[in-house]
Amino acid sequence: MSANPAAQTSRAPSAAFILKKSLISALVALVLFSLMIGVRTEAGPDGQLTYWTRFGDLAVMVAAVFGGSILIELFRQWWGPVDTARVVPAPVQNALAFGGRLVAPVLLVFTFLVPVLFYNERYILDLAILVLTYVMLGWGLNVVVGLAGLLDLGYVAFYAVGAYSYALLATNFGLSFWICLPLAGILAAFWGVLLGFPVLRLRGDYLAIVTLAFGEIIRLVLINWQSLTGGPNGVTGIPRPTLFGIPLTPADDGLAAMLGIEFSPTHRIVFLFYIILALALLTNWVTIRLRRLPIGRAWEALREDEVACRALGINTTTTKLTAFATGAMFGGLAGAFFATRQGFISPESFTFHESALVLAIVVLGGMGSQLGVALAALAMIGGFELFRGLDQYRMLVFGMAMVLLMIWRPRGLIGHRAPTVFLQRKEAISSDLVKEGHG
Amino acid sequence: MSGDHILSVDRLSMRFGGIVAVNDLSFNAERRKITALIGPNGAGKTTVFNCITGFYKPTSGAIGLTHDDGHAIRLERLNDFRIAKLAKVARTFQNIRLFPGMTALENLMVAQHNALMRASGLTFLGLIGAPSWRTAEQAAIDLATTWLDRIGLLDRADDAAGNLPYGDQRRLEIARAMCTEPALLCLDEPAAGLNARESAALSELLLSIRADQGTSILLIEHDMSVVMEISDHVVVMDHGVKIAEGTPKHIRDDPKVIAAYLGTDEEEAIAVMESGT
Amino acid sequence: MDYFAQQLINGLVLGSIYGLIAIGYTMVYGIVGMINFAHGDIFMIGGFIALITFLILVSFGLTAIPLILLIVLLVSMAITALYGWTVERIAYRPLRHSFRLAPMLSAIGMSFVLTNYSQVAQGARVKPVPPIITGGYTLHEGAEGFNVQLSNIQIIVVLTTVVLLALFTWLVSSTRLGRDMRACEQDQTMASLLGVDVDRTISMTFVIGAALAAVAGMMYLLYYGLVDFFMGFVAGIKAFTAAVLGGIGSLPGAMLGGLLIGLIETLWSAYFSVEYKDVAAFSILIVVLIFLPTGLLGRPEVEKV
Repeated sequence: MSANPAAQTSRAPSAAFILKKSLISALVALVLFSLMIGVRTEAGPDGQLTYWTRFGDLAVMVAAVFGGSILIELFRQWWGPVDTARVVPAPVQNALAFGGRLVAPVLLVFTFLVPVLFYNERYILDLAILVLTYVMLGWGLNVVVGLAGLLDLGYVAFYAVGAYSYALLATNFGLSFWICLPLAGILAAFWGVLLGFPVLRLRGDYLAIVTLAFGEIIRLVLINWQSLTGGPNGVTGIPRPTLFGIPLTPADDGLAAMLGIEFSPTHRIVFLFYIILALALLTNWVTIRLRRLPIGRAWEALREDEVACRALGINTTTTKLTAFATGAMFGGLAGAFFATRQGFISPESFTFHESALVLAIVVLGGMGSQLGVALAALAMIGGFELFRGLDQYRMLVFGMAMVLLMIWRPRGLIGHRAPTVFLQRKEAISSDLVKEGHG
Repeated sequence: MSGDHILSVDRLSMRFGGIVAVNDLSFNAERRKITALIGPNGAGKTTVFNCITGFYKPTSGAIGLTHDDGHAIRLERLNDFRIAKLAKVARTFQNIRLFPGMTALENLMVAQHNALMRASGLTFLGLIGAPSWRTAEQAAIDLATTWLDRIGLLDRADDAAGNLPYGDQRRLEIARAMCTEPALLCLDEPAAGLNARESAALSELLLSIRADQGTSILLIEHDMSVVMEISDHVVVMDHGVKIAEGTPKHIRDDPKVIAAYLGTDEEEAIAVMESGT
Repeated sequence: MDYFAQQLINGLVLGSIYGLIAIGYTMVYGIVGMINFAHGDIFMIGGFIALITFLILVSFGLTAIPLILLIVLLVSMAITALYGWTVERIAYRPLRHSFRLAPMLSAIGMSFVLTNYSQVAQGARVKPVPPIITGGYTLHEGAEGFNVQLSNIQIIVVLTTVVLLALFTWLVSSTRLGRDMRACEQDQTMASLLGVDVDRTISMTFVIGAALAAVAGMMYLLYYGLVDFFMGFVAGIKAFTAAVLGGIGSLPGAMLGGLLIGLIETLWSAYFSVEYKDVAAFSILIVVLIFLPTGLLGRPEVEKV
C-alpha cells in the first residue's frame, strides 16, 4: 500500500509521456494517410483519372492510430519490454511441460478422427486437407531451412514441379496418380539438385535471392510455355486418385458400387484427407529418421558451423545438396497431391506468396521443430481462413499478423532443439544456443 | 636425426594481395612426435595451419604428408574437406568452433560422419534400420563415450556444447578432432584462455594422445610452459619466415628467438626466459 | 543498328529506375544486413503519392509543368520517406539484434501489408495518367524510316538520376551522416561507443532509401504513365536482383546492376521474346553469381578461420 504514492508519482510523468508519444504517432499517421486514404483516385468511364476526398476515413484512421498507440503504451507499461518473460509459477510450468508432451499424440489422434467427427462438414474437411498440405510443405522446407540452415525463398518452385509433373504425365500419358507420385518427387528432387549444384556455395542472402529468382523463373516458364503447360489457363481435367485402381466415382465400377453402399462425394474427400495425412506423416517419419542418421546430423552441424564441418572432412556441397533435394522431393510430393486434389492447376497457385507462407510457417514453428511447424501451419492457414470474411482486408491482416508474430516470437513457437542421440538424459537445448546457418 | 617425417612443408609461401604472410617456409614434423610452431603474434603461424588444412591455397610451395603405410599425399593439391577425409588431418581452431547447439556427444558423432555414412549405406540402410547400421552406430557412440571419458566430460555428454565452460570446450574440440581418427592432429592455440591447472591437464591429454593413439601432433601455442613441457621439436617463426628450430632446450637459449619476442612483445619474451629457468 | 541504339536508350532509362530502387536495397543491406522486402512496395507507394499529388495540383489549376514536377517530386519524396521511416520503426527495429530470419519475414509481412493497404485504399485497378511530358528529339533518321528517338521524359529520367546520384555520393562520402552510415556499416557497437547515434543513422538510411525509391516511383509514373498496387513486387525483385548483381552493399554496384538489368530486359524483349525478359534477367543473375559469388563490384568475402 505504501508503495502506491511512489507508483503514482512515477506514473504521472509517464502519462504525459504516453500522450506525447501517441500524439506523435497520430501526427505521423496523418502524414502517411493524408494522400493515400484522404484522397481516392479512380479512372472514370472515359479513362480520365478523377479523385475525391475522404477526410472522414482519414480522421477515423488517425484517431485509431492515436487510440491504438495509447493502448500499446499502456500495455507496455504493464508488461515491460517485448522480450520480458513473465514469471510463471513452477506448478503451472510443470503442468505446461506435461501438457506439452501430450500435445503431439493428442493432435495426431484428433487428426485421424477428423473425417469421422466432421463427416458431414465438407468445409472443415477441405480446410483440414489444406492445413495438412501446408504441414507437409512446412516439414519439407524445414529440412532445408530448419535443419540445414539454408535459406530457400523459392520452395514453391518444387511444389510447382511436382504439381505439373503429375498433371502433365496424367493428362498426356494417362499415368495413374500412384505411379506419378514418386515420379513427381523424383523430378522435384532432380530439379533441386540441378538448381542446388551451382548455387549452393553461395552464402546467406545471395542464396535467398537465387532461390527466389529460380521460383520466379519456373512460374514465368509455366505461364509462357503455352504448348506444354497451357499457359495462364493451366491444366484441367487432372484425374483423381484411385484406391488400388478402383475409382471413387458413382460409376458401376466405382468403390461405392463395389461395396454396395450409396455413393457420396464425401468419400473422395475423406480418401484425399487420408492420402495427405499419410504423405505428411511419411515426411515427418523420414525427417525424424534422417535426423538420427549421419546425414541429418551433418545438416545440423552445417547450420551450426560450416567451417568446422569442413575441418571434420564433411563434404559440405553434397550435404547441402542432399538437404535441398530431400526438401524439394517432399515439395514435389505435396505438389502432386495438390494437383490431384484440385483437378486443375495454373501458375497462379505458385507465386512467391506461397513460398513466403511456407517459410513463415517454418520460422514461426521454431526452426527445426516438427511439432512447432505443424502448429504454425494450423495457426497460419486456420487463421487465414478465419479472416475469410474480411475479404480484401484479409491479406492486410495476414501481413500485419506476420510482422507481429515475428516481433513476439522471433525464434518461433517452439524454440528449443531435441538432441538426436543421448547417453543418460534427453534434454531440450535452448534456441539461444542453436545457430540459424549462413546459407 | 633425419627421422620419419609425417609432414614436410617445403618452401611454402602465402601472399594476400601485396602482403606476404608466409615466405619460403620449410620444416618437417616427425611421426608420433609433438611439433610446436611458435612465434610472436602476426608471425604467420595460423596461415601455415590454414595452408596445411586446406582452408587456404598456398601461393607456392609443397606440403607433403606420408601415412604410416608409406602412402604419400600432396596436401596443397587437395581442398578443404578432402584433407580431413583422405589425408586424415584434423584440426582445432584458435577461436573454438564447436557446434554450440548440439550436445557434446552429438559433436563427437558428427566427427565420425564419413565412417558412419559408409556404415549407413549412404543413409539408405540407416533409413530402414538395418542391423549392420545399428552396430556401427553403437560403435560410434562407444568411441565418443571413450573420448568423453578421457577428457573428463562423460557426465556432461548430453549438455549443449555451447553451455560448457571454456576449458571444457577446448578439450571437447580436441576430442572431436580425435574422433575423426587422424594421422596428424593440428591444434591452434589449445591452451589459450586456460588457467594453469587446465593447461597442465591439456599437456597430459596431448602426451597421452601421442602415447596411446600414436597420433602426430602439430601445435601452435603461446603458452611456453606447455610448449616446453610436451614438444619434441619446436619451429620458431617471425614475420612469415622460420628463424630457428630445434629441441625446446635449444630454442630457449637461442638469442634470435628471444630477440624476436622482445622486439614485438616484451611480456612474451620474458615468459620464454622465465619458463627456461 | 538504329534499332539497337534505340533499345540501348530505352534500356538505360529503365535501368536508371531500377538503379534508384536498388540503392535503397543495397544501403539497407550494407548497414543492417537484411533484405528489405518491403522496399519494392515503398517504390509503389512513391508512385501513388506522386500520382495523387499530381492530380490535386492539376485540379487546382496549376499549369506550369516544371513547377508541378518539382512539387510532386518533393511531396512524394517527403511522404514516402516517412513511410520508409515508419516501416523500419515498426517492423525492423524491434528485431534488430534478433535471429536473422525474423526481420526478413517481418519484412515480407510488411510488404504484404503495404501492397494490400494500397489496394484497399486506392482500389485494384490500374491508374493511367495522360502523358505529362511530351516531345523529344530525333537523333538519327534511319534509312528504312526507323528513327532513333530520345524523348524528353527519357532525358528527365536520366538527368534526375544523375543529379540524385551525384547528390547521394556527396552525402555518403562527405557529410557527417555519410560518415556515421559507413561507421555503422563496419561495426555498430564501436560506432555507438564513439558517439554515433546508431538508431538515428539506421533510420536515416531507410529515409534516404525510401526517398530515392519515391523518385523512381515518380519516374516510373512519368515514363509508363500508370501505377498499380502490384507493381512494387516485380520492380522490387528486379531492383534487388540488380543490387545483388552489382554486389550488394556497393553503391556504384547497385547503379551498375540496375543499368545492366534494364539493358538485358530491353534488349531481350527487342531481339528475343517479351515473355521471357524476366527469365533472362533472373537467369543472368544466377549465372553471374555462380562465377562471381559476390556480384560484379562486391568485395570478395574473405573467410576468417
